[in-house]
Amino acid sequence: METILGIDYPTWWFLVIGGLFSGYAILDGFDFGAGAWHLFFRKELSRRIALNAVGPVWDGNEVWLVIGGGALFAGFPIMYATLFSSMYIPFMLFLIFIIFRAIAIEFRGKEEMLWWRKLWDICYSISSIMLAFLLGVVLGNVLQGIAIGENFEYEGAGFFEFLNPYAIMTGITTLALFMSHGAIYLLLKTEGRLFAKLTFLLKKGMIFFMVSFAITTLYTLLYIPHLSDDFKSNPLLFIIPVLTFMAIANVPRLANKKKYKLAFFFSSLTISLLLVLVAIELYPNLLFSTVDPKYSLDVYEAASSQRSLGIMLLFVAIGGPLVLGYTFFVYRTFRGKVKLDDHSY
Amino acid sequence: MDVELLARIQFAFTIAFHYIYPPLSIGIGLLMVVFESLYIKTKKEDYHILAKFWTKIFALTFGIGVVTGIVMEFEFGTNWATYSRYVGDVFGSALAAEGIFAFALESGFLGVLLFGWNRVKPWVHLVSTIGVFLGSMFSAIWIVVANSWQQTPAGYHIVGEGLMARAEITDFWAMVFNPSSVERIAHVWLGAFLAGTFLILSVHAYYILKGRFVAISKKAFKITLVVATVASLAQLVAGHASADGVAKNQPAKLAALEGHFEKKAPADLYLFGWVDKEKQEVTGLAIPGGLSFMLDQDFDTPVTGLNAFPEDERPSQLNAVFQFYHIMIAIGMFLIALTLLGSYLLLKKKLFDKKWLLWVFVFTALLPQIANQVGWFAAEMGRQPWVVYGLLRTDEAFSQAVSANQILFSLILFMAVYTLLFVLFVYLLNKKIKHGPYEEAADDDGDDDRPLTKEISEVVTG
Repeated sequence: METILGIDYPTWWFLVIGGLFSGYAILDGFDFGAGAWHLFFRKELSRRIALNAVGPVWDGNEVWLVIGGGALFAGFPIMYATLFSSMYIPFMLFLIFIIFRAIAIEFRGKEEMLWWRKLWDICYSISSIMLAFLLGVVLGNVLQGIAIGENFEYEGAGFFEFLNPYAIMTGITTLALFMSHGAIYLLLKTEGRLFAKLTFLLKKGMIFFMVSFAITTLYTLLYIPHLSDDFKSNPLLFIIPVLTFMAIANVPRLANKKKYKLAFFFSSLTISLLLVLVAIELYPNLLFSTVDPKYSLDVYEAASSQRSLGIMLLFVAIGGPLVLGYTFFVYRTFRGKVKLDDHSY
Repeated sequence: MDVELLARIQFAFTIAFHYIYPPLSIGIGLLMVVFESLYIKTKKEDYHILAKFWTKIFALTFGIGVVTGIVMEFEFGTNWATYSRYVGDVFGSALAAEGIFAFALESGFLGVLLFGWNRVKPWVHLVSTIGVFLGSMFSAIWIVVANSWQQTPAGYHIVGEGLMARAEITDFWAMVFNPSSVERIAHVWLGAFLAGTFLILSVHAYYILKGRFVAISKKAFKITLVVATVASLAQLVAGHASADGVAKNQPAKLAALEGHFEKKAPADLYLFGWVDKEKQEVTGLAIPGGLSFMLDQDFDTPVTGLNAFPEDERPSQLNAVFQFYHIMIAIGMFLIALTLLGSYLLLKKKLFDKKWLLWVFVFTALLPQIANQVGWFAAEMGRQPWVVYGLLRTDEAFSQAVSANQILFSLILFMAVYTLLFVLFVYLLNKKIKHGPYEEAADDDGDDDRPLTKEISEVVTG
């Protein structure tokens, strides 16, 4: 098997996808989080400011979803096909809510009536909450394993099987994580009373996250042993959870010191490190089978051919820096606090 | 209902809806580049206003194109898992190339295009507009490459057997330049140019008829008419090349498009007709030997008919395929006639006196859209029963793990949410058109609509 720097192509692609998903989680994470807080803001003006804080960037953030999804399809087609067909309902709901959220953002400001705005505020907020929750639910199912049988086919039954206790826990934890992340983003974008309210909400958000994260971690260690195997066999890896806890602890510390830019950085780092943890827990597997371990899918079985992966790694080497460049350029051009005017949502 | 049929209905519904938007974005994008280049060259404010106005409408079509496009990307996996496993190595890499090289380019420059009018120098803005336009053209390339590979697979080999069989790339460039991709890319691009230009012609014809923004609309109409005329004539060439390719590479599909059953010489070319699958005959008006002539420039060349193929390797919906294909061609011919007449009257300087003709232009905006839709329906239904021509059958390609109830659930949700999305689109488009390219000083009708795109530059100040 061909390698680059001693790492084989499927593993490289696993890293590429990890990078794309963490970029997506950091970016769409804060706008889902901001949307989840939306109904906590009572005044019409506050809601408009909060909406316009994500206004310029939310659809750009979805670019990462498109590229991440394409990369999964191209590099690990078997994983993509098996995961998406087994998690049919959560993925379909995700699509519906992502469109619904876009509609709510666009419709809200078009009429002045109070009931009209309240209606779309509720739609916007519920969609954001559900999107964050559903991402976590899918992640929980991936971590826990799904009922894959022969020929990579899902053998689970029932409409709501995806909604098991562990998936609900990871769903809630993801929501809490994004809410803290979104609150910090909004702090960077707002002033005055809304800003003051957000400092208070951020504290609640952090507590919500820490409690749900602790419960999920405990459950993982007690009931899902296959996830901690890698750590037991290679104690050096413990550095990752330690770093993760340090990053998490840094967020409230920096927020207390009013260093919100740094807090946002550490909040983003937390998301990346949590995904690194997930990657270590999974690798070399992509999907665990709960039917029989022999049906589990690892990166080598799921991967495209060497030739195809080689071509795509070249794509990434050329295209990756460009994508990062665009993203940086856009955020730099439109940095700073929100000012409302006639052109806002 | 069975899973395969529901999966096909859902895919057809979501892709047909999606395909309203990207062609508009490509076609409008072309004219945005033209208007803005003219502004840079002549420094005339009119062109600046036109570029800005159409950019706002572009923002709307682009946004809906993105969200409905994400649905497509997910649906391969959710509803067509067997297909995805089979083609992922080939089809997936085309899709990944689209994401990295085309979509990222579009989205990267989009921010500056929409909100950077006052933030960057005019030429930097023009570069961004061109970047977005090229990105959308590149997107079309990769998507059509992926689909063309399904029509005429090349540059691959099959590894494994039965349910484990998979197509893998052996030659990337042979896959990209498979026998049908080049002419189909041209055909799709031109279809997109027609969708965009005819919307622009429609809106400006409407303004001229209503006596609003008349001077600027005449300018826009003339320029756009030139582009539309060239595009509709070029489409005749590209469409013909496409049909030639189908005859060569997918004879069963060509026979279905033309309603041709027996291999006989000469083969007739139907202008319109009705296909009776049982009796194996077409009732309608035909040019004797026309099909033979079109494909081989000889009225006597035999053309392979449907009967040359086993029953289970022919498209089942023969009349539908025939009708879709013929509607597309009829619309193409009408657009050529209309643009030539318009151009002739333009040269005679009589165009803007012909009110009836302007009204025809107002309503013609719908026709390229219909042609694009039925053209794709003919292409995809004509490929049946294959999802990858000659390799993988549609009835073997859908997700085994998904039940009919699950698809019914998602299909109903999609219908509801897309209806809402379409209402939103029409409402916003109408509002933007009613508002017009600039504020009319004289007849302020109290319409204090906010401009409908989010102007970041003015929302967020740095």
